[in-house]
Amino acid sequence: MPDNTILLDHGSGGIASQELISKIFLKHLDNPVLRTLEDSAVIERQDGRLAFTTDSYVVDPIFFPGGDIGKLAVHGTINDLAMRGAKPLCLSLGIILEEGMNIDDLEKIVISIGQASKESGVPIVTGDTKVVPKGKGDKIFINTSGIGVVPDHISISSKNGQPGDAVILSGSMGDHGITIMTRRAGISMDGNLRSDTMSLHKMVSCLLAEFPEAVHTLRDPTRGGVATSLNEIAASSKLSIIIEEERLPIHPEVRAACEILGLEALFLANEGKCLAIVDGKKADDILKLMRTTAEGQQAVIIGRLVDGKPGRVLINTPVGGSRVVAPLHGEPLPRIC
Amino acid sequence: MKHLDEYRDKALVKPLVAELARSVSKPVRLMEVCGTHTMAIFRNGVRSILPEGMEIVSGPGCPVCVTSASHMDAFIAMAEMAGVRVTIFGDLFRVPGSNGSLAQASSRGAKIDIVYSPMDALDIARNNPEDMVVFLGVGFETTTPAIGATILVAQREHIDNFCVFSTHKVIPGPLELLMQDPDLKINALLCPGHVSAIIGAGAYQPFVDKFGLSCVVAGFEPADLLNGLILLARQVSENNPRVENLYPRVVSWEGNGRAISMVDEIFEPVDMEWRGLGVLPLSGLAIKEKYAHFDAQKRLDITIPESGEAKGCLCGQILKGITIPPQCPLFDKRCTPANPIGPCMVSSEGTCAAYHKYGRDD
Amino acid sequence: MCLAIPMKVEKVEGNPDDFTQNQIATVNMNGIGKQVRLDVVDRWPEVGDYVIVHAGFAIHSLVEEEAKKNIELIRELASHMPEEMLIAGDD
Repeated sequence: MPDNTILLDHGSGGIASQELISKIFLKHLDNPVLRTLEDSAVIERQDGRLAFTTDSYVVDPIFFPGGDIGKLAVHGTINDLAMRGAKPLCLSLGIILEEGMNIDDLEKIVISIGQASKESGVPIVTGDTKVVPKGKGDKIFINTSGIGVVPDHISISSKNGQPGDAVILSGSMGDHGITIMTRRAGISMDGNLRSDTMSLHKMVSCLLAEFPEAVHTLRDPTRGGVATSLNEIAASSKLSIIIEEERLPIHPEVRAACEILGLEALFLANEGKCLAIVDGKKADDILKLMRTTAEGQQAVIIGRLVDGKPGRVLINTPVGGSRVVAPLHGEPLPRIC
Repeated sequence: MKHLDEYRDKALVKPLVAELARSVSKPVRLMEVCGTHTMAIFRNGVRSILPEGMEIVSGPGCPVCVTSASHMDAFIAMAEMAGVRVTIFGDLFRVPGSNGSLAQASSRGAKIDIVYSPMDALDIARNNPEDMVVFLGVGFETTTPAIGATILVAQREHIDNFCVFSTHKVIPGPLELLMQDPDLKINALLCPGHVSAIIGAGAYQPFVDKFGLSCVVAGFEPADLLNGLILLARQVSENNPRVENLYPRVVSWEGNGRAISMVDEIFEPVDMEWRGLGVLPLSGLAIKEKYAHFDAQKRLDITIPESGEAKGCLCGQILKGITIPPQCPLFDKRCTPANPIGPCMVSSEGTCAAYHKYGRDD
Repeated sequence: MCLAIPMKVEKVEGNPDDFTQNQIATVNMNGIGKQVRLDVVDRWPEVGDYVIVHAGFAIHSLVEEEAKKNIELIRELASHMPEEMLIAGDD
């Protein structure tokens, strides 16, 4: 391409658009359905109910250790399907580019989307690209929507929690959130912090194959972190949740970065983890199975659901005290006090 | 993490919890004056294991909480000036003035950057030569030396598009004034750990001599907190008030002379308004004339508006420890973290925010 | 108000009496590295020492003896427990 930046022409539907689509999108996302470039992808009849989800991605910076906005967009939407017990079928990809964005960066992101899609086994079957004038966007915004199939015998919902259920967290907390935060000007630090962005549908599929009834709720604790997700689950199930502070898995580096900035990992986003609310009697077996999967090697039981004030989340602290974990009211900010 | 983990060790903490339970023989009503202590106490669930007869009152230890509405309004006005980029600690972002917060100003297009260190603000000034970068200075003795040092670096490196709006305050004078209030019935003081690193444990001797207060300087880890409470209870039981330094790994009797000199070089004491407490004599710090070039109030010709307190807000009483959040008629009704009336609810360490997040009772 | 944490010094630049040069330490905690200023630290640290870091500035250099004294102070208090209470405290 003669010029290395995105122009308004690239979103106009004309020749420049076609070039962008064939030289970047089709090149790296190629599959039989997408290749037809029809106005809609038509999906064959499925055996089960359909799950449908959408998510938009506006993360800044667009490249970060462990991934980029493209990878995030694929994993995030696949995970939303998996959290309802759906087998992900396909994704749509809507992109809004800011005039002036570097095309090499766009290509890197699309390559990343292609890789994530391929590794996950979930194709991008339809897409759209628009360009907005400089200053009206922020390099690139992405929307992915996804369709999945929920087998008839599966019912996973945040309303299904029962007293006595165990709360399992599939791995360490806060990795993504702290990685993004420390990439900002004014609060950067050196270290090996990495986003944990990852698709979880294979692990979920494995769990549901063995324990179709014992898994009551699945939730990926993205914005707002584990604390916010637990509050939502407690409210939906109309129960209380008690977690043990000492069992919360946090990487030493994440812990250190949180200490420096005055943040709590409980409130930081995760992009490759899930909470599983499971029948208490099967919890140990489910944990064992989870730990055999690549995605759930570090899984731990962090607490349980109990009868109590609906929607309340309590944490037992190392001094033997307890206190409420309330949901976040806004973005976590670094503090000095 | 060395020098942290040892003080979280369960083998240490468990017996201390048991000891705390037996340590009170005479009623202890203690005040803590450090927002970080407020957070640490709540976060560790210490309040849920406080023995009968021990009460903790949260005083004005949160520099963001005690920033007056007038100052917040001036901050916001500054942020909305053309050609100005304001840099702040994250704590300030959601604090309301009379008419909204810096967060709201940001949504209207004001250039506001959150930084971890005032030195990051200096970097932002270097990278944005077309803007006047203002650092909004809030903080007690722990923070003021850092801001002073940053001004010296700016001077040395001729960074002309950088200045500081100082609303920095000092603790001991105002605390002494507070102690003179007859409604305030405390007999013990949990002294701030890191302010003490600068001013020294000796700074609290006057509180023992004038008011008979038991004083313990303590750190922030579970073992530090528990031990601090135990020692305060014992001092009260023995009727032997004194200053005990339980944080010698960080605090000395004399304090940090180098940091104190830095503050003396750049700043001078002035009367300053504290939210809820009014104007307290010589309780604030202004940048000396010698460094006027880095004083935002002079560079940008700012007048501080006369803003009243939000109606019904009891932050002033809460800061004095006379009222606890649940007693404020606005608490959790009109005043919530999402819609704060006063800074006590907004600041991540504010008494009301901490109560709302961690200490809600059924 | 005073979020500050102990970090280990890996490198030191400048000297305490010379304010014309940068006074900086490279510090680390659990693999997280930062550069912090030494303009207001009480005692000039050496590599291997720990400093207390607040808002990007070292406000205190830890002295090994003081650190030892602190932990012993607390351990001393924690160890004065009658036998039966210790046993009762075990889960």
